[in-house]
Order: sequence, then structure tokens, then C-alpha cells
Amino acid sequence: MSEMKFTKDHEWIRLDGDVATVGITDHAQTALGDVVFVELPEVGRIVTAGEACAVVESVKAASDIYAPISGKVVEVNHALSDNPGLVNTSPLADGWFFRLEPSDAAELEALLDETAYAAYLETL
Amino acid sequence: MTSVLLTTPLEPLHRRLGARLVPFAGYAMPVQYPAGILAEHTQCRTKAALFDVSHMGQVRVEGPAAAEALERATPADLVSLAPGRQRYALLTTDTGGILDDAMIARLAEDRFFLVLNAARKDVDLARLRALLTPSVTLTPLENRALIALQGPAAEAVLARAGAEEAVALPFLGVAETRVAGFSVLVSRSGYTGEDGFEISVAAEDAIALAEALLADPDVAPAGLGARDSLRLEAGLCLYGNDIDETTSPVEAGLVWTIGKRRRVDWDFPGAERIRRELDEGPARRRVGILPEGRQPARAGTEVLAADGTPIGTLTSGTFGPSVGGPIAMGYVASRFAGDATPVELSLRGRLVPARIHPLPFVPHRYKRSSRTS
Repeated sequence: MSEMKFTKDHEWIRLDGDVATVGITDHAQTALGDVVFVELPEVGRIVTAGEACAVVESVKAASDIYAPISGKVVEVNHALSDNPGLVNTSPLADGWFFRLEPSDAAELEALLDETAYAAYLETL
Repeated sequence: MTSVLLTTPLEPLHRRLGARLVPFAGYAMPVQYPAGILAEHTQCRTKAALFDVSHMGQVRVEGPAAAEALERATPADLVSLAPGRQRYALLTTDTGGILDDAMIARLAEDRFFLVLNAARKDVDLARLRALLTPSVTLTPLENRALIALQGPAAEAVLARAGAEEAVALPFLGVAETRVAGFSVLVSRSGYTGEDGFEISVAAEDAIALAEALLADPDVAPAGLGARDSLRLEAGLCLYGNDIDETTSPVEAGLVWTIGKRRRVDWDFPGAERIRRELDEGPARRRVGILPEGRQPARAGTEVLAADGTPIGTLTSGTFGPSVGGPIAMGYVASRFAGDATPVELSLRGRLVPARIHPLPFVPHRYKRSSRTS
């Protein structure tokens, strides 16, 4: 299992073999508050890095989730349909959003590592 | 250009409690505390929640014939309002729109107390000053806080705080009395659909009173986020969203706030439009809307008829924690306003089925009589 990488939009991504799992960070779920709905992308959809491909709604507001890297959506977390609160209780594990087959895994190199993301949060 | 946010007397307490403060109507207000909106909402429906609503305008109006003077600004019947009673009232514009909605309490024959929306208090004061007769004085009360204690346990909490007189009030009763030893003006009212109290207190006593109430194990603080989901479930209007200067009391379904005598004399601002809409029926009506599925539909969402014709717009929309799904309110063309009419909502380019739903979404649990339990 590779190291977790982060975006400045507060998504996380982790490559396991040929598939990368995407979710939102603890900072993001705290800022959103109680999540009540998640709209997930269609399996098979081709996304490019930075493209809005999911929506997360808290009681107060809706926010877009962006693809951290380019690739094809191969799986989505159906558990979020029945229990969107998983995004709050387990943002880095059970609350994952979707899985991607990267079109160019090298794009991961451009993302923040855990230390850099923590440093970025300090600037907010 | 920067604008400085005003703060309420309870702001240091909010910070201590870990609130997330956001700008609202020019004030830094708690949108939620660490418990979160869902927990704060449930707290209010099951026990008691404490809200800071000190941003709202508190105004004293007094003088000979103060009731008659205030009736120049509202279609509510204030002449017949008994001392010790409060009434929900609309201030109307000359063209029949809604200038603001307010709680108006009669403290004594010639002494009234008004609670106005934060974002409207300057407009309201200018309007009232222009309409009131010279013998009546208008005094904005700047150094007071307003604390709402809402929920089924609110009465027991006040009983434990030694507020026998407040506890004895029926729904919409009002009294100048003491709570937890502090001199207050308390009314049995609120904005959640639950039994509860709104407590006006001197700014310097506000934190001590709030702390005394929060010390009760049945009380927890709640922010504007929960206040919004609670009021929408209760079908209550938010000024600026669901009612404004363009909407009339008839369109908004608030004709019940117009006194019977006022509908004989038609002597209030905007009477012409209101009378016409009562006779002919309004072109649009405020309705509750229940979207299918789980995705919240927000204010501004377009409402379509089953055949795709645009028929209106949502003015409020959120996830209703007690309903367990999305709820909304909005205006639709009158012929689509009937209960259970199927409609569609345009959400992010997709059409989501919904239907007209009677308001409130969650039944009110007001204390209609002090004798019932």
C-alpha cells in the first residue's frame, strides 16, 4: 500500500496496485459538518485531474469533490448512499468516495504528501 | 474594503464553547458548536437547546394609543391584544409586500415590545418612525441579549432555574419576571416548532444567565444551522428567503396574521393588493415541497410541473434531521399548490421528482394551555 497523497482541495488519494482510492480529509469533513448526501460518479466515467466528479452535501451546503488525478472510475462506495455520515466518522477509511484506474500514475508525484498537506493546513 | 462584524454579548461564551462563528446579518454568529448541526437539532427536539438570538432587534414602543399607532404599520390586530400576550405580525409595505415579520408583545395597555429581524431592524425603525404618531416613543434596546431556550425539556429547565412565573405562561404569553435570579422579559415562543421560551436580558447578565441554563444537564447550545433546519421542519418563514418586499401575506399563506377587524376596515399599508388577492386568489402560493431521495434541494432551485413547465422557485431547502430526508419551501403557481401535486426540481442539471407537502413537516408542540402537561 503506497503513501497517501493530498490536494489543496482537501481530497486524499492512495494507490494500491493499479487502483487509487479517493476520499476527503478529516479537515474537509470537519469544515463541512454533518454530511447528509453524497453524489458519486458513474463507474466507467473518464475524469481528468481537477474535474468535479462528486458532490458532498452537509446540512448547510453542497461542495464539489475534484478528481486528484486523471483516470477511469472503476468503483464507487455504495455504503455512502445509505450512510453518508461515514464521511464524518471515518473520512480516511470507510468514508472513501470512489476508486480510479490512473491514466498516468506519475500525476500522483505532483500532489502533497502528508507533511506538506499538514503544513498547507497551517496556512489556512 | 473591510467590514467589521458586530458581536453579541454572548460572543465570549460562544468562543469558549468552541462555536464556529460565521457572518450573519452583520454579526459574528455561531452556526454550530462541536456537537454539530444534526446533534444540536435532535437536542432541541428531544431535550432543550439554547440559542443566542441577540442579533435580533429589540424595541420598546410606548405612549397613549400605542396599539393604534402600531397598527399603522401592520395588519395585525393589536388593539385587541391583551396585556401579557404576544402576537406574530407582519409589517407591510404600501404596495402589499412584507417589510418584515415580527413578534409584538403587549406588556401593558400603552407599552409594547417588538422583536425584529436583524437584517431588517434599520428599515423597520425608519418605517415605524415615519408612521408612529408623535405621542408614541420608539426606543431600540441596544444593551440587551436575547436567549432562546427551546425543546420539550425547556419548561422543566426553567422550573429548576426558579422561574415559576415563566413556567406558568401559556404559548405566546409574556412576562417581566426573573429567571435564575436575573431580571428578564420572557415570552413563551420560539422558532423551532417546539415548546420554548425567548428570554430578553440585560447584556451584562447575558453570559451568567446562559451559563446557569447550560449547567442544566438537559440543555446544550445550538447554532444558526440547527435553528434553520428546525424552523424549516416547522414550516416557519425566514425573512429574506421565504418572504420579502415582493411577496404578499396572501401569497405567503400568512393571512391568519391579519386581524378580522382589519379585514373589515382595510386600513393598513398594502390593503389594496391584499384585498384584491383575497378576492381573486394570488398568482402563486408558498408551499412545502418534499423532494424524493436524499439529496437536499437548496433555495433558488427551479420548480417544474410534471410536463417540464417552470412553475416556481424554492426559497428554502435543507436536510430535515427529524424528517430524515430533504425538505424545502417555495412558491409555485397557485394551480400547482394543492397537497401532493407532483412536481420536479432541477438539481445540478438533473430532474428530481418531488411533491407538494403540507406545512409543517414536523407537527408543532406548542404549550397551548398552561394546564395541560
